[in-house]
Amino acid sequence: MNPKYNLSCSTAALAELRSFLQQNLVAYRLSEGDKHQVTLAVEEVCANLIIHSHACNPKEEILLEVKEFNKKIIVEITDKGNAFNLLEYEVPNLNQVIEEKRKGGIGILLVKKIMDEIQFESKNGENICRLIKNFQP
Amino acid sequence: MLRIEKTREGKNDILHLIGEVDASNSVLLDQSIQEVVQQGTSFLLIDGKELGYISSAGLGVFMSYLDDFSERGIRFAIFGLNDQVGEVFKILGLDRLISIVPDKSTAIASQHES
Repeated sequence: MNPKYNLSCSTAALAELRSFLQQNLVAYRLSEGDKHQVTLAVEEVCANLIIHSHACNPKEEILLEVKEFNKKIIVEITDKGNAFNLLEYEVPNLNQVIEEKRKGGIGILLVKKIMDEIQFESKNGENICRLIKNFQP
Repeated sequence: MLRIEKTREGKNDILHLIGEVDASNSVLLDQSIQEVVQQGTSFLLIDGKELGYISSAGLGVFMSYLDDFSERGIRFAIFGLNDQVGEVFKILGLDRLISIVPDKSTAIASQHES
């Protein structure tokens, strides 16, 4: 059975999400550094959904599932909020972020730099984002 | 959980971050830096020895002050980060924009060099 987790749409729930990931990434062939980074990438996507697609409404939920396929780990993030396709999101460069003193916008940049592959699909009001990391050779 | 302890050693202000910085508490980091900047400081150091995790929410707070620091002539450095947290700064290239050093004495010594 793949590990699953229901995340309440509140930023206060992010610490618990990290615990879930830390516990469930142990079984996979990833370095400690990779586990830390995959945890960060998953949290960035979820924090983004919580704040921008669910307006921090703790009654709404995001479903996570951790899967293994062909020497890769796949974290599947499913929600029913407004679709946010991070593949289409144009990431800012660092200078823009500094000049505009904006405190957001770099999370998705981190996700794109950390993960080996990102998939996104949206159908019947359900959005699925898959974050994929290859195992260590 | 995040706790921030503020100390002053001579003209240096040190913010000691204990725990994890994420979107739920990055506002605390923002407030602490804001207070130090408003009180007036010449050198702000972040003690990251007990920082176990930082997400973009926390990194964004540091980045939002970089212009302010240079306009006000405030020197800024982060020391004591563990390997995994340090790596997160490097992924974004923040180690080229922020002085990130192993320990406090290196941070203070580098202040006198430049």
